[in-house]
Amino acid sequence: MTTNLNNIGTSLDFFVVVAIALFVIGAFGVLTRKNMIVLLMCIELMLNSVNLLLVTFSKYHGAADPQVFVFFIVVVAAAEATVGLSILIMAYRNRKSIDIELFNKLKD
Amino acid sequence: MSLQIISIILGSLTIASALMVVLSKHPIRSVIFLVVTFFFISSLYILMNAQFLAIVNIIVYAGAIMVLFLFVLMLLNLNKSAEPESSILVKFSSLIAAGGLFLVLIAALKDSILLSKTYIPNNEAIGTVEGLGNLLFSKYVVPFEVSSILFIAAMVGAVLLAKREKQIID
Repeated sequence: MTTNLNNIGTSLDFFVVVAIALFVIGAFGVLTRKNMIVLLMCIELMLNSVNLLLVTFSKYHGAADPQVFVFFIVVVAAAEATVGLSILIMAYRNRKSIDIELFNKLKD
Repeated sequence: MSLQIISIILGSLTIASALMVVLSKHPIRSVIFLVVTFFFISSLYILMNAQFLAIVNIIVYAGAIMVLFLFVLMLLNLNKSAEPESSILVKFSSLIAAGGLFLVLIAALKDSILLSKTYIPNNEAIGTVEGLGNLLFSKYVVPFEVSSILFIAAMVGAVLLAKREKQIID
């Protein structure tokens, strides 16, 4: 990046790098963890990184529209967490475990 | 000068607590670190002058969604021995994949945008309740109403999914 080290904290691409790092950490968690609750939490982390990126671009363009989109993403994330956790409870009732390796009946 | 130091400290603490979410073995510890991460993300919102979103983030995420996660976690009563562990090959390959994704995203964004513009704190009032409310109830009023329908559908779906089926007595 062309920004010098004097304004690395106040330039907006620092926040872009933070958002990308959060997204990558969430993707790494989705790939490695096998607990379904932790997987859902990693998805929430990725959604939050996208929110951070939208707020950064809202600051860059001086427009309030991306912050409204962040509001809608929060709404969708709440609905997604509700439905995902109820699916998890139903899966736990069937298998007495929330290991994702056990839920592969659709494969065969 | 001090603002740079504050934003660097907050950003690195955000990344560190997000790493602790993924790396900690116990699920309850992951939930606690995720709440900490959300607080740090809210502090980054405040640095970018988006006060309303910072408060909404704390109320909705740290207040509602994380309590739901914690409630389910304590309801299922998962002890540590039930926690499965992925193999070292899976861990290594997913580390390589995630690092590759990070490099590709950084390289794609390297010289495209945000080259020299720095933000000036407290120069605009776009992140306040008044500004966002005006936009939400004028330009984006139809998506706002549609999101309420989405909420009703999610509520009905959650009740329907989590309801215990009628037991067959034999």
